[in-house]
Amino acid sequence: MAVTRFCVRDYRQDLRIFPSPAAKISLALLFLFLLVLPYFGGTYLVFVACVCGVSVIGALGLNILTGYTGQISLGHAGFMGIGAYTAAVLAAKAGFPFWAALPLAGALAAIAGLVVGVPALRLKGLYLVVTTLAFQFIIEHVIYHWESLTQSDKGISVPPAELFGWKLDSYESFYYVILVLAVATAVFTKNLAMSRTGRAFVAVRDRDIAAEIIGVNLAKYKIMAFMVSSFIAGLAGALYAYLLGLIGPDHFTFHQSVLYIAMIIVGGMGTVLGSIVGAVFMVLLPEVINAISGPIASAYPVLSPRIGAVAVMVYGFVIIFFLLFEPDGLFGIWIKLKRYWKPWPFSY
Amino acid sequence: MGFQIFLQLVITGLAWGSVYACIALGFVLIFKATDIFNFAQPELMMLGAYLAFTMITMMKLPFVLGFFITLVLMAIIAALLEMSVVRPMVGEMHLAVIMVTLGLANVIRGAVGLAWGYEELQFPSPFPQDPILFLGAAVNQAELYTILATAILLTIFFIFFKYSAAGISIRATAEDTTTAFLMGINVKRVFTVSWVIAAVVATIAGVFLASFTFLEPIMGFTGLRALPAIILGGMDSVPGAIIGGLIIGVAENLAGFYLEPYLGSGMKEITAYIIVLIVMMIRPYGLFGTKEIERV
Repeated sequence: MAVTRFCVRDYRQDLRIFPSPAAKISLALLFLFLLVLPYFGGTYLVFVACVCGVSVIGALGLNILTGYTGQISLGHAGFMGIGAYTAAVLAAKAGFPFWAALPLAGALAAIAGLVVGVPALRLKGLYLVVTTLAFQFIIEHVIYHWESLTQSDKGISVPPAELFGWKLDSYESFYYVILVLAVATAVFTKNLAMSRTGRAFVAVRDRDIAAEIIGVNLAKYKIMAFMVSSFIAGLAGALYAYLLGLIGPDHFTFHQSVLYIAMIIVGGMGTVLGSIVGAVFMVLLPEVINAISGPIASAYPVLSPRIGAVAVMVYGFVIIFFLLFEPDGLFGIWIKLKRYWKPWPFSY
Repeated sequence: MGFQIFLQLVITGLAWGSVYACIALGFVLIFKATDIFNFAQPELMMLGAYLAFTMITMMKLPFVLGFFITLVLMAIIAALLEMSVVRPMVGEMHLAVIMVTLGLANVIRGAVGLAWGYEELQFPSPFPQDPILFLGAAVNQAELYTILATAILLTIFFIFFKYSAAGISIRATAEDTTTAFLMGINVKRVFTVSWVIAAVVATIAGVFLASFTFLEPIMGFTGLRALPAIILGGMDSVPGAIIGGLIIGVAENLAGFYLEPYLGSGMKEITAYIIVLIVMMIRPYGLFGTKEIERV
């Protein structure tokens, strides 16, 4: 009988990352599929896959902060922006190579996370939300107005990444970098969740005063959550900068912050698989919307400058739908399906 | 000359502050009564202003009649939204509630963009356009009317909440929902009424704002600056929301004029959020907010 996480018989089983052989096999198949994707997909498909990868990394970062530690942050896009612009400025203006610019971008974003995290120690709930919102708008403002550094609207053009002598100037080649980093981030997050730090995070989320009583150092873990989350966000932002080749201030606005929160909620908060699935879903959603709104725009030409509004509305509807009917997100739906079919036909 | 500019800025600031105070009042009302944070409040303001615009320009109704019909429409819309989208979320965790209202905000913003387009529109202001002299400064009449109207509105609300049965039942529900239930107050109706009042107040604010600025689809972001007003005042304090709104409005306008030569343009938009950060350092629960006491 397959052992799943629903019925574990000892602590060793509880600690396993893959709950069953079936999970291991399907994950291996998925990985193989992702490896060969560029060979049979077109360039646009590979581009979308790259964007998915970047969003997965970003969503995993936000999941650490909001899903595991319960610190609701509406400023995630701001941290990604810091990472992106750091990488862009270092690469374009200072000539830093890819392998140096990327971690430095993450580091600078992590410092920003520290700056946000320290004041956030005292704040709870909605006050924290609005404070992170304030940081988001301030970061947007600085990006837009520090023209000597960021060139504001004109944006910064990022040279293609170079790694070990290979010039990664095509989507296909950069795809593998993103794939490796996304897998690494997912593995990191999963391990983090199962480690002592991860348990401390969850304790902070569930009952922080009780956690402090049993000895969890709130300040240390909250700040750690902010810094780790921002580091990953900075990485994602930097990858995005290299991917797009040109970044501007409106890649990292409040709208994107809301999008990332939607990703982790729609996917399933507090789960690695949920963040991944949510990120892919929310990246593919606009593609579907575009496919639908294209014919609508040509049928009703008066609507064409306003067709972007349809995307905004669909985002809203998707968020509302998931929260009203399935607060655990796509991951919750998957778990419910598994629970129904595992003991079938004896499920009731 | 310097004093005149200062006075103009203060009055404009008070006008903006009145708009923020109205939106903030709506936020705080919904939060106190239902424990739900309505991120869609600025979008409700925007929707109300655009609906009023439609009533008055496209349907050629006289201003007062169009305004009144808009208020009724917004009340109905708010009640429907509350009953369908928000009521099921009562009691869920904060992040879920915030996200639902953010989703709602997206839907309303998209609907407005879809229906009315993205260009700026000139709102048919009922107030005469020529400025009048107030203590030596030329002031836009729409702004003065905004301040006056908001003051009257808030006085009416004060009387309503203190002396009328409906107002008292809203306050009771805000204080302790369970006891309100036990005392026979129709709590579901109170929830709906709080949303209706919030939408009506937001519409009034939106119409006034459109009168002295433009009707544009980013009004939602403008209205989002009422959030700093609530933070400043404290999330569960009605007088705090009003005072916070006025302070933010005046501070924004003053900072916009006096600080922009030194710190670059766009100071007006960002001042509110800088104030949030400063206030959160000093008083994490706002000026008048009640400190939450958690028991384990």
